[in-house]
This record gives sequence, C-alpha cells and structure tokens, in this order.
Amino acid sequence: MTATAPPAHDRTGPSDERLLRTSPWKKLLGRPELGSVVGAAAVFLFFSIVADTFLRASSLSTVLYAASTIGIMAVPIALLMIGGEFDLSAGVLVTSSALVSSMFSYQMTANVWVGALVSLLVTLAIGAFNGVMLVRTRLPSFIITLGTFLMLTGMNLGFTKLISGTVSTKTIADMAGFPAAKKVFASFTVGGVDVKTTILWWIALVALATWILLRTRFGNWIFAVGGGAGAARAVGVPVARTKILLYTGVAFCAWISGQHLLFSFDVVQSGEGVGNELIYIIAAVIGGCLITGGYGSAIGSAVGAFIFGMTSKGIVYAEWNPDWFKFFLGAMLLLATLLNAWVRKRAEATT
Amino acid sequence: MARVRTGVRAIGAVLAAVLGASLAGCSATGGKRAEDARRAAEAQGRAAVDTPRWTFAMVTHSGDGDTFWDIVQRGAKQAAVKDNVKFLYAHSDEAQQQAQLVQTYIDQKVDGLIVTLAKPGAMKDVVAKATRAGIPVITVNSGSAESKAYGALTHIGQDETVAGEAVGEELDRRGRKKALCVLHEQGNVGHEQRCSGAGKTFGGALQNLYVDGTNMPDVQAAIEAKLQTDPSIDAVVTLGAPFADAAVQAKRTAGSEAEIDTFDLNAKVVAGLKSGDLGFAVDQQPYLQGYEAVDLLWLYRYNADVLGGGRPVLTGPQIITEKDAAELQDYTERGTR
Repeated sequence: MTATAPPAHDRTGPSDERLLRTSPWKKLLGRPELGSVVGAAAVFLFFSIVADTFLRASSLSTVLYAASTIGIMAVPIALLMIGGEFDLSAGVLVTSSALVSSMFSYQMTANVWVGALVSLLVTLAIGAFNGVMLVRTRLPSFIITLGTFLMLTGMNLGFTKLISGTVSTKTIADMAGFPAAKKVFASFTVGGVDVKTTILWWIALVALATWILLRTRFGNWIFAVGGGAGAARAVGVPVARTKILLYTGVAFCAWISGQHLLFSFDVVQSGEGVGNELIYIIAAVIGGCLITGGYGSAIGSAVGAFIFGMTSKGIVYAEWNPDWFKFFLGAMLLLATLLNAWVRKRAEATT
Repeated sequence: MARVRTGVRAIGAVLAAVLGASLAGCSATGGKRAEDARRAAEAQGRAAVDTPRWTFAMVTHSGDGDTFWDIVQRGAKQAAVKDNVKFLYAHSDEAQQQAQLVQTYIDQKVDGLIVTLAKPGAMKDVVAKATRAGIPVITVNSGSAESKAYGALTHIGQDETVAGEAVGEELDRRGRKKALCVLHEQGNVGHEQRCSGAGKTFGGALQNLYVDGTNMPDVQAAIEAKLQTDPSIDAVVTLGAPFADAAVQAKRTAGSEAEIDTFDLNAKVVAGLKSGDLGFAVDQQPYLQGYEAVDLLWLYRYNADVLGGGRPVLTGPQIITEKDAAELQDYTERGTR
C-alpha cells in the first residue's frame, strides 16, 4: 500500500470492479496454492491406497522430513520467483554454507557456533552478491546465478581440497558446541521421540514468509516488482533493494539448510548439492508460483515440497520396481502440476 | 546504491568482529590443533631412483569431489615422487569428455597413460591410438574384461562382480536373511555388478534401492522409508563410504535392527566399524590402484616388466571388520586408505 490517493469517482459507487465484494468461497478459489492443495490431496490419497505402510506415523514423519529439507529452500525461492527472478546457485550454496562452517571451526579450532556465524555472514554475502550483480549489470538472473552456481561448485571443491587436503571436510563432532548445534539444526528427542528440527524451521519460515507477503509493505513490493519492474519503479517501489533482499533471503535459508547438512552428518562432501536448485524451483512451481513472476504464495511452496516428499518416498513405500524410480517421479510431478493448473483455471473461470 | 555500500561496510565490520571473537571462542577438543598435535610432520618425499623424468598421465571417469578418486590420486602421486615421474591427472564423468582428455595427453606425447574403462566403448579407439603412438597404457579400477583386448599392458583393480560376491558370502556368514543394496548412481555399470554379484552368492533375498547421491538428507529419508516399509530387512549395504553414515541414521530413526555394511572406506566408516555401528566394509584399496599403476609404468619403462601375466591384478575385495579398524584408523585419517 504505497502512497497513491484513491481516484475520486470510486466514492460514487461500485463502478470499479476492484471494489466489488467477493464471497469468501470465491476468495478461496482465487488463492494461488489451491490447485497444489488439491494435487497434494490426490497424491496423498493415491499413496495411502497403494502403499500399506504410508499412513503410519513413522512413515509420515519420514515424508515430512524429506519434504522439509526441500521446503526450507522452496520458501525463499518462491518469494524470489514471485519477485520475478531465478536462482540457480541455491543448491550448491547450501553445500558452500556447510563447508565454510565446518572448515572454519576445524581450522581455527573454534567453537562450532563461531563457524556457523562466520558461515552465515559468508552465505549472506554471496546472496547479496547475486542481488547486487543483478541490479547493477541488468543481466538476466539466469545468467548471473548460473555464473555463481559454477563458481561456487568450483570453489566448494577447490577450497575444500586446498584447506583440508581431501574432498570432504574433517569431522567436527568432537568439538565444543556441537551437541547444542545438533539440537538446533538437526534433531532432538522429546519423550523418546526423535524430532527433526528442519520441520520446525520449515513451518516457521512458511509462516514468516506468508506474513511478509500478505501483511507487510515489503510483501507488496515483491508482488509489484515481479508483476512489472518498470511500473513498480514508477510508483516508488525500491526495486533494487527488494531484489537484493530477496537474494539474501535465499542465502539465509541456504545457511539453515547448510547447517542442517553439517550438524546431522558432521562431515560434508564438497561435491554435493548440484541439481537440488531445480528441485526447489519445481516445488515452488507445483505450489502455484508463476515462472514469469508476480503470482504465487509461500504456503504453495510448502505444499509443492510436500508433494515432492510424498512422491519420492511414496514410491519406496509402494515397493515399485526401482528401475522405474525416476519415471514414476516425473510422471507424478507432471500429473500434480497439471491438476494444479486445471483447478486454477476452473477457479479463475468462476470468479 | 549508497545504501548498498553502507551495507557492505557494515558486513565487513561484523566479519572483523566475529574473526576477533573466534579467537576467544575456541574449542577445547578436536579441530586442526588436535590434528597437528597428533601427527608429527611427515618427511618430505624424495625420488629413490635416477631414471629420466618421465611424464605419466591418468584419466579417470570420476565426478567432481569424489573421496575414492582422491585416494587413488594420492597413491599415484606418492609413487610418482619416488619414481622421479611427473604425474598429470584429469577426470570427467562424461565418457566422451574422458576420451578427449586421453587424446590431449596423447598429443602431449606423455611417456605412459593410466585410464579407467568405466564406459569401455567410448575409450576403445583412444586406447588403441595411444598404443599405436607407442605410449604404454595401464587400465585401473574398471574394465578388467576389456583391458587386454584394447591393448593395455595390465589391469589393476577390483572385479566388481567378485567384490559383490564376497559381500553376499559375508552376509551369509553373518546369518542375514534379507538385504538391501543402496545404489547412489542410477545407470553405473559397476554399481549394478556389485549388487548383482552380492545377489548371486547371498542365500537370502536382496533388493535394490536407488537414491540420489548428491542429496544426503534424501539418501537418509529414502533408506528410512524402505526400512519402515519392510521391517524384515536385516542388512543394508551401501556402495560408497559417505552413504554408510546416512544409512546408520536412517536405521536409528526407523527403529530398525538391520546391520549396515558398506563398500569402500573413509575415516567415518572406520570409526563406525570400531563402535559397532557398521558390520563390515569391503575395501578395494584405491591407494594401491594409483600407486601400482604409476609404479608398473615405471617398471615397464625401466625394465620392460609386466605384472599379472595377462590377467588383471586384483586390489580387492578385502573384507574389513571391527578387529581391523584400530589399525586402519591412522591411514584413513591421512587419506590413504
């Protein structure tokens, strides 16, 4: 809600269609994540029927864990896509973040929290680099982040080899602060039940992102910037700042994911993460984000990640022939997205 | 833009503060200080022979950042230092790229070539070209069946099927009934051979599970899902050392009683063997594959020696259990086992 005065004739009556009252039902149908919710329900029903073990509490928590590791990154990627940009470096940035944290702690023989803090700063700086490069050079984000993706892939390997002498980091499990950090980023036990913290992080991030999108000025800026940067700039939206902040948001979540990787496995392989950026984008797209920007939601990205988690693990629960694993995965994703698009079209037709 | 610049300056200031604080926030245990204290400086390697400085090149099918090939390189480099050899290394997991890399070394007229035949068809022509150019070729790791026919001097490595068979026998010895074979690269011929080899000798049932090797949380969740679906699985075999730990965690969360076993070693696997988290590991001694390849090329150049008598020289499988773990710990930590 920027400082634009309402046109005078609006007061005369509902001549403007924007002022028409819409029923709550129609409002619901207009939500971006509606299609993906229907898709998720369909996938959930499907696996509940074909896989006997799918509905067990332990199985569902495994599915939720798989979904949360994707979902944590799908949230900022969805925001970024609503803002009209792409990030191909997000997958390897997660690995970079874990590597920096682990190697700093080890080489300096520092408390692991110090390593995590240094890693946060480095990761945020890389995210800001993406954003600043984007707004300064005006090159497409595809090119900028592809460049960052390749550089980070090389740096992950190069620095790890240079500093630790091998392609994976050394274990930091015996260092000060590790047990506490493991509780915050990996898992903790409550009454004998193992709780994966990624699920909590995920819920918190979705809630935060939804609040930002729907209730804050910054949220309006994101939609405006993605809908049309030129028009947004004309009404006074700080386009450059919005985009840089969106990239730092991606970096922040990459840091959380990276710390999860480090503190749940305590050794990080430098070659990991390649290809995950596409999975995050897929989750956001299934969740109703438009690739062209300006439309989407954080909850949608969560539903998208959940569909991905259910599909990839449901195939295992259903005990299908593993040779066809990737085929099933692709077909399920395509079906979910098609259903999503169909529901959205129906919804738009009725409003 | 002024705002951006102030932001950068602020980040710089915070970074400096953290670096300062890190000196105070030291860890009393582990870390580099412990490593330095543990290990006295190793003597610098010096050539043991005065043969001319030959150049040997190695081209493998490794992807980026693979622990296994890191160890192979280490072995090759140490042999090269001792043999007064200049050692060159290149790798690509794309067959066509790998063949092109071999071609560049032929163009450079190296004195010896070490190649892997993971995708034999793509490497056939280029290996023939090398032998025609008078460059001796030794194949390592994969391609024991094709090595001789393609004109290589010797093959050094592990027969993947034989290694798989050893796993099947060991599982039987441990009284396992239902095993899971976790493949982290779909379409890798060596992986398929390992699992089918294990299935051949194993008396119980063996199932394959494909996981996405570049995504560790996904590997863990997939194994967890499988163990939950089928509680009768009493053994999980991973095909690479980094995946063994993911399997151990999956077992814990799934509440399964399965024994976790793995191919290949690293420091964590050895620690796992010692603590009982892992049952056994199958080692093909990658260090030996690199070391022997360089050393045999040197022997061939110096003395026209050939090893193996036309048959592959096997570096594995060696089954490693809890009782070997203590001895191997130092070697895995320095990255040679």
